Amino acid sequence: MWEYSEKLKDHFFHPRNVGEIKDYDAVGEVGSLACGDALKLFLKIDPESDKIVDARFQTFGCGSAIASSSALTEMIKGKTVDEALKITNQDIAEFLGGLPEEKMHCSVMGRDAFHAAVACYRDEPTPREQLEGNLVCECFGVTDEQIKKEVRENNLTTVEQVTHYTKAGGGCGLCHEKIEELIAQVRGEHGKEGAEVRKPVKAMTNIQKIAKIQEVVEAEIRPLLQRDGGDVELVDVDGNTVSVALRGMCTSCPSSQLTKSGIESKLRELVHPDLIVEEVAG
Amino acid sequence: MKTVYLDNNATTMVAPEVFDAMAPFFSERYGNPSSMHSFGGNVARDVARAREHVAALLGAAPQEIVFTSGGTESDSTAILSALATMPHRKEIVATRVEHPAILNLCKHLARFKGYTVRWLSVDKDGMLDMDEVRSKITDQTAVVSVMWANNETGVIFPIQRIAEAAAEHGALMHTDAVQAVGKIPMDLASTDVSLLALSGHKFHGPKGIGALYVRKGTRFSPFVIGGHQEADRRGGTTNVPGVVGIGEAARLALAAIHDEYQRVGAMRDRLQEGLLQTIPSARVNGKIGSRLPNTLNIAFEFVEGEAILMRMDDKGICASSGSACTSGSLEPSHVLRAMGVPFTAVHGSIRFSLSRYTTDDEISYVIAELPGIIEFLRELSPFGKEFLDAACRVQ
Repeated sequence: MWEYSEKLKDHFFHPRNVGEIKDYDAVGEVGSLACGDALKLFLKIDPESDKIVDARFQTFGCGSAIASSSALTEMIKGKTVDEALKITNQDIAEFLGGLPEEKMHCSVMGRDAFHAAVACYRDEPTPREQLEGNLVCECFGVTDEQIKKEVRENNLTTVEQVTHYTKAGGGCGLCHEKIEELIAQVRGEHGKEGAEVRKPVKAMTNIQKIAKIQEVVEAEIRPLLQRDGGDVELVDVDGNTVSVALRGMCTSCPSSQLTKSGIESKLRELVHPDLIVEEVAG
Repeated sequence: MKTVYLDNNATTMVAPEVFDAMAPFFSERYGNPSSMHSFGGNVARDVARAREHVAALLGAAPQEIVFTSGGTESDSTAILSALATMPHRKEIVATRVEHPAILNLCKHLARFKGYTVRWLSVDKDGMLDMDEVRSKITDQTAVVSVMWANNETGVIFPIQRIAEAAAEHGALMHTDAVQAVGKIPMDLASTDVSLLALSGHKFHGPKGIGALYVRKGTRFSPFVIGGHQEADRRGGTTNVPGVVGIGEAARLALAAIHDEYQRVGAMRDRLQEGLLQTIPSARVNGKIGSRLPNTLNIAFEFVEGEAILMRMDDKGICASSGSACTSGSLEPSHVLRAMGVPFTAVHGSIRFSLSRYTTDDEISYVIAELPGIIEFLRELSPFGKEFLDAACRVQ
């Protein structure tokens, strides 16, 4: 049985904004009956202000698919289209008090339906069309470009995670190797992008590096976490691997994975692009 | 809120008589039946009596019963023993709709141990084709493994006819009878079955105890190797409370077996008719007339199983689903896929499984509550409106 939050259950048992809008300005559809979940999103948009004045949905799917759809409509109503486009699938999951990792594809479906509706409204190709690419997962019809997008945006590192977020690889499993390659490819990209923007890195001695890491943790990272009732302690630095222990609220926070990657990107930005952060039990 | 438990193919309530029979073996009678003193040795008599009860339920002899930790261990022991005692045969014949205890073991043996598995398909009603069965069993077949009844649909397979086909080629016949034992009468003595797996908690016994039937004269190679327990066929200190519990559960099941067939079967049929009459676009998965009396697998088109289960759970109704979302995998049940259940229905399949403790009131409650749940979810769904409307107009 899934551990669903009370908020998710509330949105499942009492979904908001159900149904069609007959004179809709935009409609977005993702999923299919064969895949086991599908969402059809209707929008009413005020042309003057570009504000979403109404949003309604129809969903075929499990509890978290229905709750994610309901949450999405609540989140976008009253926002301008551009504001609403900034909503990520993680935001939808957080709005619901978290989703089981295996169900993250439900939040991705919500975001994709909205992006498809906006593309329809603006008469642009839908995001899935833009991401056409080559079919990787034949069971669920997922392309390499879709997989790379989620790997990038959600910082995914394993095949299992890619399956949780995109469904790719959740059927026969024949594409697992291909997914691994795509993950490696995106990881490589990170390195390259970093190389283009980063200032030339001065060679540092180990002692200088440790001192700099300590300084950034103290001055930049801890104040941010402490504001949310959390904290972090620097445990060890071994080569480019920085071991940290999360404290306070961070330890029980479902997004501690995000916290970890946040610390990592901060350290990469301010100290050295090759650093890897590892969480250890404190 | 009252719990209406209709998930008895997943597990059952321990019968009160079973619980009472087990209790002394946790406290004052904790002895080891293998001991040389009477405190332990007396317990051996209770173990022997339990073995007699399990044998009687199967129509077998007590010496043919080996106690194990459950259905999965019994299945592994049976298949691996068959392969070990027939080292020159490298093929296994099994159905595509086996429980994972057999299915994944066979896949493992094919992938890592060099065996060939010849899979038997099922038709849209979940039935086997005997011509295909006969064509797949050859002189290379070490063991044929066909479940007695399917856990998801309740479809019963013709075990004796398959066992005869296996015997013609000198292959052993194993059956995973976890769902069938205690629900339908059995007389193994008059069959050609060599090996049979059963589990206590599926017929009101405790979890963690099962048995393997090994026909007298069948060569056997143990899986759990250790002490001399179970006549050298399964090492490990006897799980005395479990054995006493499964024995008492077997005794009760045998006494109730005709009641199960008639009263439980009648309740299942009333549930089936009630749901088919009140809910449009519903269909039964599995051949009507060839199923366990307690099982109903019914598909509601255009809705998803987990959503149905969550809303039923909110009303205190426990069942299970073949939908992808309930399992953590993304694929719907391998059984329903093997049957070719259409994609409009496969995700909305629900299994109700009754027991002799199910009441008529509980069945009435489900018939009253479920139509509203399906209607609510169909209102939410973007699919099937035209289809359902058309169906309504025709009526």
